[in-house]
Amino acid sequence: MSIVFLILSVLPIIAGILIKVLFVPAADGIDITGAHVFFTIDLPLGGLPITEAQVNSWLVILSIMFFCLFLTHGLKTKNISNKQVIVEFLVEKVDGLIKANMGEYFMGFAPFIAAILSLSALSSLMSLFGLFPPTSDINIVGGWAILVFILITYYKMKCGPLIYAKSFGDPVPFLAPLNIISEVATPISMAFRHYGNVLSGSIISMLIAVALANLSNLVFGWIPGFVGDIPFFRMGIPAVLSIYFDLFSGCLQAFIFAMLTMLYVAGGFPQDEYMRRKAARKAAREKASAESVAADAAEA
Amino acid sequence: MLELAIGIILGGCALGAGCAMIAGIGPGIGEGNAVAAACEAIGRQPECQSTVTTTMLMGCAVAETTGLYALVIAILLLFVAPGRFVNILINAIG
Repeated sequence: MSIVFLILSVLPIIAGILIKVLFVPAADGIDITGAHVFFTIDLPLGGLPITEAQVNSWLVILSIMFFCLFLTHGLKTKNISNKQVIVEFLVEKVDGLIKANMGEYFMGFAPFIAAILSLSALSSLMSLFGLFPPTSDINIVGGWAILVFILITYYKMKCGPLIYAKSFGDPVPFLAPLNIISEVATPISMAFRHYGNVLSGSIISMLIAVALANLSNLVFGWIPGFVGDIPFFRMGIPAVLSIYFDLFSGCLQAFIFAMLTMLYVAGGFPQDEYMRRKAARKAAREKASAESVAADAAEA
Repeated sequence: MLELAIGIILGGCALGAGCAMIAGIGPGIGEGNAVAAACEAIGRQPECQSTVTTTMLMGCAVAETTGLYALVIAILLLFVAPGRFVNILINAIG
């Protein structure tokens, strides 16, 4: 059964390649465009374009889902398999990361952070298959950044909106406009950081590939026949650059996005104040229940 | 005349993109300082290497942000702005 899930986790990638071959017009030479728009759904507030970035993003989600099902299928408590050792290692790593960066209170965040980490890393690695990486589209990364911003704001408001509003006038009240700007800049900078890194990497590698093709045309162009048309310099050399721009940069940006999510959510949460209020509420409740018990006793 | 105007628009966009990327100097200096300090720290305390490296990468990523803002502006100027500006010009001429 688990082999079915493994096959199902590879299928979305193959489907992405098929969709690209069938529906996306081929580009020759330098052609740096955004995601290809497949079709547009008409909605009352305006058209909703379904682009290559969205489709690839859904494919990555499907792939990760089936891969997780494959990894967690048939877990045992005794006599564990190699696969289960790897899964336990990964889960313990993520738990350790959360504990080190966010503290004990946020342990429930581990699945969310792992999801963001794997989604972002695999989305950037889609370019290894020749597909459009969804993270080089601002709409996808912007959506994640807005989600993280909502989480940050929720945890800042955990002690009530008054304390949240007060935090804007933190050192001195007249700095409030600057604090509001820096609050709004958080999702923008998170989105731009991730998107800019991946997009610049893909643009640079495309420019280098085209330049190498032209160079080999210049050097070997005099050879008659089809041999002169083969771009020799374009073989292999872009792959070395791709190690940095696709593999290293993609994984690093995924790690940084997850890390910043953890730091912002944990940093914005007024934990001492929240714990103090929680203890006070608990004490008040106990006192009230004790009083009611005493009142019942007095009535009796 | 229209050709000249479109040429000026394209040239202005390309020049603007080039000027925007001057902002790459700042993150370069900043990240260089960060990595130099991290190397010093690792040299002094080699047992802290993994922590220092993680913190340095985080700091580098945050320091890179201003450069990436400039990069986004440059990319917009190169790939998005010329079409928009030429459309505006043609609409204005009528």
